[in-house]
Amino acid sequence: MSEQSQSEAVKELEKIAEDIYRQIKEGKIPEMKIPVRTKNNIVFDIRHGVWKYGGNFGKRSAKKLDGAYMLLRTLYILDFIKEMIEQRKSSTLREMYYISEGWNEAKFHAQDESNNLVEDLEIVTRYMREDFKLRPEEDGARVIGNITINETNRKGVKKRINCRDDVGDSGYTIPYNVEREKIEFLDVDADFVIAIETGGMFDRLVENGFDEKERAVLVHLKGQPARSTRRFLKRMNEEMGLPVVVFTDGDPWSFRIFASVAYGAIKTAHLSEYLATPTAEFVGITASDILNYDLPTDKLSERDVDALKAELSDPRFQTEFWTSEIKAMLELKKKAEQQALAKYGLDFVTDTYLPEKLSDMGIL
Amino acid sequence: MADIAESLAEKQKEISVSEFFERNRHVLGFDSMPKSLITAVKEGVDNALDACEEAGILPELYVELKKEEDNEYLIVIQDNGPGIVRKNIPKVFGQLLYGSRFHAIRQSRGQQGIGISGVVMYGFLSTGRPARIVSKTKGKSAATEVVLRIDTKKNRAEIIKEDVLLWDEVEHGTRIEVHIKGRLIKGKQSVYEYLRRTAIVNPHTRITYVENGTKYIFERATEILPRSTVEIKPHPYGVELGTLIKMLKSAKNRKVKAFLTDEFSRVSSSVAEEICRKAGVDPSKKPAELTPQEAKSLHRAMNKVRIMAPPSDCLSPIGAPLIKKGLKNVMKEYKPEYYVPPVTREPSVYRGNPFQVEVGIVYGGDLPKDRPVEILRFANRVPLLYQQGACALTHAVERMNWKQYGLEQKGGKGIPSGPAVILIHIASTRVPFTSEAKEAVADIPEILDETTKALKECARHLRLHINKLQKKKKTSEKFVIVRKIIPEIARKSAEITGNPVPPIDRTITSIMGVLWVDDDAKYSKNGYDVSVKVINYTPKRLRIPLYLDIEPEVVESMEPQAERDGRGLRYDLDLQSTEELDIKLRLRLEKGEYSMDIYTDKINPVLVVGADPLPGDWDIEAEKVIVSGAEVSGDE
Repeated sequence: MSEQSQSEAVKELEKIAEDIYRQIKEGKIPEMKIPVRTKNNIVFDIRHGVWKYGGNFGKRSAKKLDGAYMLLRTLYILDFIKEMIEQRKSSTLREMYYISEGWNEAKFHAQDESNNLVEDLEIVTRYMREDFKLRPEEDGARVIGNITINETNRKGVKKRINCRDDVGDSGYTIPYNVEREKIEFLDVDADFVIAIETGGMFDRLVENGFDEKERAVLVHLKGQPARSTRRFLKRMNEEMGLPVVVFTDGDPWSFRIFASVAYGAIKTAHLSEYLATPTAEFVGITASDILNYDLPTDKLSERDVDALKAELSDPRFQTEFWTSEIKAMLELKKKAEQQALAKYGLDFVTDTYLPEKLSDMGIL
Repeated sequence: MADIAESLAEKQKEISVSEFFERNRHVLGFDSMPKSLITAVKEGVDNALDACEEAGILPELYVELKKEEDNEYLIVIQDNGPGIVRKNIPKVFGQLLYGSRFHAIRQSRGQQGIGISGVVMYGFLSTGRPARIVSKTKGKSAATEVVLRIDTKKNRAEIIKEDVLLWDEVEHGTRIEVHIKGRLIKGKQSVYEYLRRTAIVNPHTRITYVENGTKYIFERATEILPRSTVEIKPHPYGVELGTLIKMLKSAKNRKVKAFLTDEFSRVSSSVAEEICRKAGVDPSKKPAELTPQEAKSLHRAMNKVRIMAPPSDCLSPIGAPLIKKGLKNVMKEYKPEYYVPPVTREPSVYRGNPFQVEVGIVYGGDLPKDRPVEILRFANRVPLLYQQGACALTHAVERMNWKQYGLEQKGGKGIPSGPAVILIHIASTRVPFTSEAKEAVADIPEILDETTKALKECARHLRLHINKLQKKKKTSEKFVIVRKIIPEIARKSAEITGNPVPPIDRTITSIMGVLWVDDDAKYSKNGYDVSVKVINYTPKRLRIPLYLDIEPEVVESMEPQAERDGRGLRYDLDLQSTEELDIKLRLRLEKGEYSMDIYTDKINPVLVVGADPLPGDWDIEAEKVIVSGAEVSGDE
């Protein structure tokens, strides 16, 4: 997010406005081309090992009311970003949504609309929203483990932090920007990273001293992980050479959390090469675990079943492992939470389940 | 012994009249406390309206309901009818089933109930209090006051008090006061609702209703009285065997043939002969001397011979203009956006009984959008409030596919939902009810059929209206694009790129590509201010005619000036690309009467939004309008 990349980003944004201006001047109906952002338009990028948008483009044309509104909103956002960069300010996505209240015809009716439009601009300009001085309002997740980083704080001072010894029980909080100018990795004394879906399980592993006993870095995903969390995982994987494993609940939504960490999320497929960790592996909970460990379960809801079926046609899940696990879960008609492992005692997960599964995977 | 037997017999008689009431409450309309009040009001109102209309008087009704003690009400019904002469008062009000109308074959309200004397009797049985009647005939200086109750032994009035009094506030009329047990409720089956619906189908009536001190007035919507109905003889197809035998017994004719031609309608002497031949009955035999077997075969033969349908001038439909007026008068609180032109079918016949069906639909405005439509059922101008689900009029609505007419309908059948009210009226010399309670019309195929046809005819207009709305919505989206958003996009993109604002004409014409016509009408002070906006959103100059389908006579002013053409007005447009023309009209029309179609010609219709191609009868219809106009004014 250097000054230079920001002024480059502005230039790219201006190109969009110039294009619309030119179309009107030529008497055409203004339109914008944007890749189709659904699972039907993601392709595997062999070079990066991640899933990215394919070649299907959709037209956003002023011929239709929705398209016309989107073009006008795009122009208002461009103008707003330009102004922020000139005035050296930044805003959250939510703030921008509220600012749009004053944009008359161009105002948004839901924050999803404005968030999506910002992602569109990332795709068209090939810059990230941080370059537009826009940031998410949610904070990143927590980290505990023997890894030492240098964080440049808000006063511009570099602070050396060991994520085990210099933090409390809730760990180090990942900031929304984790690029090099903000965070440097200095040193690590661990064998792998384990990314955990729920806070309850994260705290269980902390209390049981899993990080020290098994030389692991624990990362709490907080559900579907934020961009910065995914970027942080990828950098630990690439720069420090740590393998990443993902530990979630056993249901279709958790499978999607793994997919977005490992393969790239559909919503942010234009950034998959920055955000996805292709070598990440899934430890569980799987349908096989439910059977093998005889875990307490819940019935699959109708929505769960639909989600599992959708995953069967999601190109990211077309591996033998995933198709067999998804089909097994559909047959079982059951799902289970991570914390169901407590059926066998509080230490079962750290003494038995994880060591067994991780040795099978060759990590321990 | 004989004495005891006699007094026992008397007692039995007395018991039997009260018991008759008790046992037949559901038939007589007194089966529940709320219904008792409605039945009482209904009998009084029916009587009053029939009396006024027979005398050619525009009815002016006063109805009052006042709670006296728990579940006991005073009902007052007063009319401005011709009044009842003194000696007839005890008969009309104190004798069950009095009145010649009981056997008459004609369209009347009265055939639907036990009559006002039943109310007097029920009032007396339920409260023990007599009724008070005041009546004044034309030209008399004083009115007669009679207080009476019904002698249940003798089915006769027992007069308690009789007097003469001054009643100066009216020229003529009748007032009845009855005390009755009942309960006042709100909603769809309330006295208020009954009177509201009565007002819809009797727009010539002014009704003042006072409910425990609160006054409601249903104003008169027309000064035109319904056409008076004519009594007709029974048609051979409609007569039952029992009635035929009774008629034969009391016939004064000397020959069966004469009996048939004189006592039935549409029976000529050749038809009478054919009936006798088929029945194997001697046409010159004396009617009273026919054997039961002969009567039976005569009855069978009457239904086999082809006979002309009965005359239908005995029916008095409300008529489309008055249905619309009545609905408008009463529905205005909902501000409906559209009164679908009502449909009055030609008279038809079932089992020898003439009948006629009428339908009106009201749509939009503040009517609830997500509830089943309200169905207002009427038989001979009397509202039917009960047994909606058992009624043929409802069944006709339910079996239609309303989706194709623009209303929601779950599963393609049943009562549709949407912001609409459907009025159905059946007029007949004999309305076939499902039971003696006379609350629902029976499922006679001919009636279902006619009702369906009337509904479909009316619904077609509704669909046209809804289509128009939808098309307008679609095109008005484009209007927003070119009027609001494109100019903004142009301005904003110029601002960001630091360029002058570009001209947007060509972009706009490629988005629209049509001639845009949009009309808007606002009612103010006895007329409509209409503005018609015409914008050439095609890329080329247009020189074509534009027609307004409006009677030139109602146009008070227009700007710019138009030519008279065909049945309306013509503008010769000459518009450059993106040029617009604003037409302002002032029309002398009553509220709700505005409707103006707009046509174009000499242009491909797909290039026009908001106007239809000029119909082929544009010129011809000018004459037709005058003819039908004459019919309308001559009618009723």
